[in-house]
Amino acid sequence: MALEVNIVKRLGDFCLRTAFSCEKEFMGILGASGSGKSLTLKCIAGIEKPDRGRIVLDGKVLFDSEKKINLPPQQRRVGYLFQTCALFPGMTVRQNILCGLRREKDREIREKLADEMLGLLRIRDIAGQKPETLSGGQAQRTALGRILVNKPDLLMLDEPFSALDAHLRLKLQTELKNLLTGYGGGILMVTHDRDEAYRLCSRLGVMDRGQMLAVKETKALFADPETRAAAVLTGCKNIAGARRTGEREVFVPEWNIHLVTEKTVRDGLQAVGIRAHDFQPGIPENRFPVRIGQEMEEPFEWISEFRFADQDPGSPAVWWRYSRAARPETPPQALGVLPEKVLLLY
Amino acid sequence: MIDLFPLWNSLRIAAVSSVIVFFTGIFAAYKAARMPRLLKGILDVILTLPLVLPPTVCGWVLLRLFGNRRPVGQLLTQIGIRLVMNWPGGVAAAVVVAFPLMYRTARGAFESFDENLAWAGQTLGLSNTWIFWRIRMRACRQGILAGTVLAFARALGEYGATSMLIGYTPGRTATVSTTVYQLWRTNDESGALFWVAVNLAISAVVLLAVNLLEKRNRRQEWHLK
Repeated sequence: MALEVNIVKRLGDFCLRTAFSCEKEFMGILGASGSGKSLTLKCIAGIEKPDRGRIVLDGKVLFDSEKKINLPPQQRRVGYLFQTCALFPGMTVRQNILCGLRREKDREIREKLADEMLGLLRIRDIAGQKPETLSGGQAQRTALGRILVNKPDLLMLDEPFSALDAHLRLKLQTELKNLLTGYGGGILMVTHDRDEAYRLCSRLGVMDRGQMLAVKETKALFADPETRAAAVLTGCKNIAGARRTGEREVFVPEWNIHLVTEKTVRDGLQAVGIRAHDFQPGIPENRFPVRIGQEMEEPFEWISEFRFADQDPGSPAVWWRYSRAARPETPPQALGVLPEKVLLLY
Repeated sequence: MIDLFPLWNSLRIAAVSSVIVFFTGIFAAYKAARMPRLLKGILDVILTLPLVLPPTVCGWVLLRLFGNRRPVGQLLTQIGIRLVMNWPGGVAAAVVVAFPLMYRTARGAFESFDENLAWAGQTLGLSNTWIFWRIRMRACRQGILAGTVLAFARALGEYGATSMLIGYTPGRTATVSTTVYQLWRTNDESGALFWVAVNLAISAVVLLAVNLLEKRNRRQEWHLK
C-alpha cells in the first residue's frame, strides 16, 4: 500500500471528508472546481493541516491527529506540480532545478544530476533562461525536472494542463506520460477534464462537494459511474430522474418511456444516464419514436437535439452524437439504446 | 566654512533608524499579511497611526516614555542609553515616524506574493528561512526597496518629534531640519539657504530612486503578461 488517506477538513461552510488509497500507479481524482480535490493534495503535501484523520505514505506516518503527528512538508518527500508551475523568479531554469537538489551535499554530484535532468527533459538549450521567458511547455518541464531530481516518494499533479490551449495540452499529455514511465512511485493527479483523466490514469476517483465517491479502474468508472455526480463528470450528457419498475426495468417520467437495463435495478435508484454516443437508429432494444430538433455539425461528428414522442414539454432536449459517416439521409424516426448502455445512478 | 555636523548627524540618525525600521517593518508586515482580517485591521490602525499623527504628538508620547524620570527612561539610563537630548533619541523619533512607511509598503508587497512559490519550496525540502530570504524577499524586493528608501527619506527629514526629544545643540544634536529652523530664527539667510538646498537635493534623489524602482516594477509586470 503506497498512500493511505483518511481525513476531515472544514473550511467555512465547506467540509472535506475523504478516504482512499493509491498504489504505485497513476491515479486520478476527477472533480469540478471547488470540489476539494486541490485541498486534498495540499493536505497530503502538508501545506494545509486536516482537522482529523491519518495520512500514511509507504509506511511512514505523515499525519495522525490522534498521535499528534504532523510532519512539515519538507520531511514528507511528496512532489507537488502546481498548475502555475511556481518556478522561482529571478533564477534560471538550471538554478530552479538545482533547488530540488539541495539535500545533496556534494556540489559536483548536484551539478551532474541537474545536467542529466536537463538532458532527459530536453531543456538543456534553455538552461540559462529565466522563467518569465519560457513557454508553457518549457515551464512545465522545468517544474517537473525540479521535482523529479528531488526523488519524491509520491508525485502529485494539480490540474497540470488546464492553463494550456487544447493543442499544446494533448502534446504535453503524451510527453508527460512518456516521461513518467521511468518514475517508480505513485502518481496522484487532480483534474476536471474527463478526457485527460481517461488518457492518463489507470484508476480514477470522483470527488463531489468534498466527498470521494466511487474509486475504480478508469474504464470501469466510465462504463458504470454509479452516481449522478460521477456521470456528469465523466461526460454523460443525458441524465433524467427514474424509478424502478421491475428487476431489469425502469420508468423515466421526464421522457415518458420505460427502459430495459442489463444490470438488475437496486432500490434507491435516483436517475438514469445515457451517453450521447449510445443512441443508434438501428438498435431494436429500447427503441422509441423521436423528433429530431436542432442539429450542429462538428469537424468529425454531428450533434442532434431530439425529444421523445411523449416527452414532458418542460424537460430539456436529449443529445445524440454520431460520426459523420453514420449520418442517415433523412432524420431517423426512432432511436434505440442497448440495455448495457443505460447507466443506473444512485 | 560651514560646519557639516548637521548633515553627518542627520545621515547617521537616518541610517541607523532605517536599519531598525527595515527589519521591524518587514517582520510586522510578514506577520500582518497572514493574520485574520479583523486582527489585521486593528494592528494596521495602531502601526500606521504615526503616519497621520502630528510629529509633535509622537514627540510628546516619546518624552512620556523615555523621559529621564520615567521608568523606561531610567531603565535605559541604567544600561547606558540616554535618549533625551542625545542623538540616539533622534533615532527613536525617526523610527517611530518612518516605521509605517516601511510596514505598509512591505505589507503590500507580501500580500501580492504568490504563495504557491513558498509551498513549492517547502515540498522540495527547502528550509523556511531559505524560502523567506531567497524566494519571498527576492520576489518582493522592489516593494521592500521602495519602502526602505521612503523610510530613509522620512527619517532624514524628521523634525517635530526630533526637536522635542533631542532639541538643538550645535555639534551634538543638530540635524539638517532643526538647523534650517534655527538659522531662519536667527536671521542667517545664507546659512538657511544652504541647508534648504541640501535638503532639496537629498529629497529629489530619493524620489527619483523611488520612481525608477516603480517603473522597473511595472515593466516586469508587463513582461509577465
